[in-house]
Amino acid sequence: MVAVDAHSTTKVVVVATINGEPVQFLAEPRQTLLECLRDVLSMTGTKEGCSDGNCGACNVVMDGRLVNSCLVLGVEANGQSITTIEGIAPVGGLHPLQTAFLEQAALQCGICTPGFIVSASELLKHNPHPSEDEVRFWLSGNLCRCTGYDKIVRAVMHASDIMRVGH
Amino acid sequence: MDNVEYVRPGSVSEAVALLAEKPGKARALAGGTDLLVQLKSGRRQIDRVVDVKGIPDLTEIRVNADGSVLIGAAVPCFKVYSHPAIIAGYPGVIDSVSIVGGIAIQGRASLGGNLCNGAPSGDTIPSMAAAGAVALIAGPSGNREVPVAEFCTGPGQTVLHPDELLVAIRLPAPRAHSAGHYLRFIPRNEMDIAVAGAGAWVALDSHGVVTEARVFLTSVAPTPIGVPDAVKAVVGTRGEDSALDAAAAAARAAAKPITDMRGTIAQRVHLSGVMTKRALAGAIARARGEHVPGAHEAHRVRTNGAAH
Ligand SMILES: Cc1cc2nc3c(=O)[nH]c(=O)nc-3n(C[C@H](O)[C@H](O)[C@H](O)COP(=O)(O)OP(=O)(O)OC[C@H]3O[C@@H](n4cnc5c(N)ncnc54)[C@H](O)[C@@H]3O)c2cc1C
Ligand code: FES
Ligand code: FES
Repeated sequence: MVAVDAHSTTKVVVVATINGEPVQFLAEPRQTLLECLRDVLSMTGTKEGCSDGNCGACNVVMDGRLVNSCLVLGVEANGQSITTIEGIAPVGGLHPLQTAFLEQAALQCGICTPGFIVSASELLKHNPHPSEDEVRFWLSGNLCRCTGYDKIVRAVMHASDIMRVGH
Repeated sequence: MDNVEYVRPGSVSEAVALLAEKPGKARALAGGTDLLVQLKSGRRQIDRVVDVKGIPDLTEIRVNADGSVLIGAAVPCFKVYSHPAIIAGYPGVIDSVSIVGGIAIQGRASLGGNLCNGAPSGDTIPSMAAAGAVALIAGPSGNREVPVAEFCTGPGQTVLHPDELLVAIRLPAPRAHSAGHYLRFIPRNEMDIAVAGAGAWVALDSHGVVTEARVFLTSVAPTPIGVPDAVKAVVGTRGEDSALDAAAAAARAAAKPITDMRGTIAQRVHLSGVMTKRALAGAIARARGEHVPGAHEAHRVRTNGAAH
């Protein structure tokens, strides 16, 4: 029945696949996946903004779905496959979205950027050629205090064009 | 967040036993989009989190032989709005699950969590109630059924006992010439809590006359509420403006809202009428076979031309 130590409020062993690599770590049940990534695994690419599901800075992909890692318990990651911002770029290069964000100046302070890139990469997986409205709708759970969003939306549209030509 | 114990039962009976062991100090965890926010902010303190996502009855959508549909209490919104039988048979429910939070929230948030959280503003509650949904509940002494319309008893309060588990929501088999529609008013296009919302369902006869209807409001009372006088106003009509205006007046009379940061009493009373009229008009048009976009698509349809 239980994959993790059933009656424990102390640390629990979590076995997961993160960015394609098998990972094992100890989590307290109260720790969120976001805290486990940043504080236990030292994977600080995933950012904390609001910590209550509103800003999308912490977004990761778990079991094939975009989720707010601040609203997932670390222990819930047991047995799951997770993609974080660290797993988006190919070895030695950048994802077309990352290139587009740089070229289109789609970031200023940058704290929202990992969440936008992870979210947008999921969008392009489900819908490789989204309309501007579809981009805005998909990214409505990601907040940015700096850019005013237009450059982010343009960068995502541009990356979608580049990926189309690239194929 | 205080430390808690995490358990992940594989069956309904195990989950009920784990809840019953710690009355009031154990809570079910579905998508966690309400529960974890409440635990982190200290608004709720418990000793045990019972993750119900390992229980097949709570994580599956099943179409029964009689055409009714069982949606497991912990099925996330995106699975609900991707399911062909729900898309075809329950457009009002689709309207509501498509506007809960954004894409990341919809990857986790469930109908069961929305209902058990019992927020006066829960978007899926009026659409489920209008569809005639029934909550299937398991407890230590057996199972019981409660109509979704009667599930919420106050803000954050429901008929559920601390040792009971919501297993699934049952939607009755879709009928010919019937349909639902849900919509809400928010100042943004996405990612906001309803200032006011209305869910309607109607059935028509072969002449297009409304034979049966249900109307529920959200965010204008301590719980989602039904509006029987709005139903009376439309049954026997073809949904002419005069009938819809009478239904809107009934909704304004039924609304008992408060003033808070999202809206005033006056605005919410007004919106109750507007949303009721639109929800009924949309449900009637759909029942006639016309396409009426949901709130999530309506925004895209409206602005697509200007986008490029
Ligand atoms: C950023 C953000 C945006 C949101 N937007 C919306 C919105 O637009 N509209 C809206 O209505 N809500 C919204 N919400 C609230 C929330 O997402 C919904 O209420 C959601 O449906 C809750 O489902 P869940 O599966 O996450 O529930 P959980 O958080 O897992 O559970 C909620 C409550 O129900 C109890 N519970 C859950 N499942 C069961 C069960 N099977 N049996 C007994 N008890 C159970 C839990 O113990 C808890 O008390 C939003 C939340 C966030 C963080
Ligand atoms: S930090 Fe998770 S959504 Fe803001
Ligand atoms: S670049 Fe600063 S918040 Fe987006």
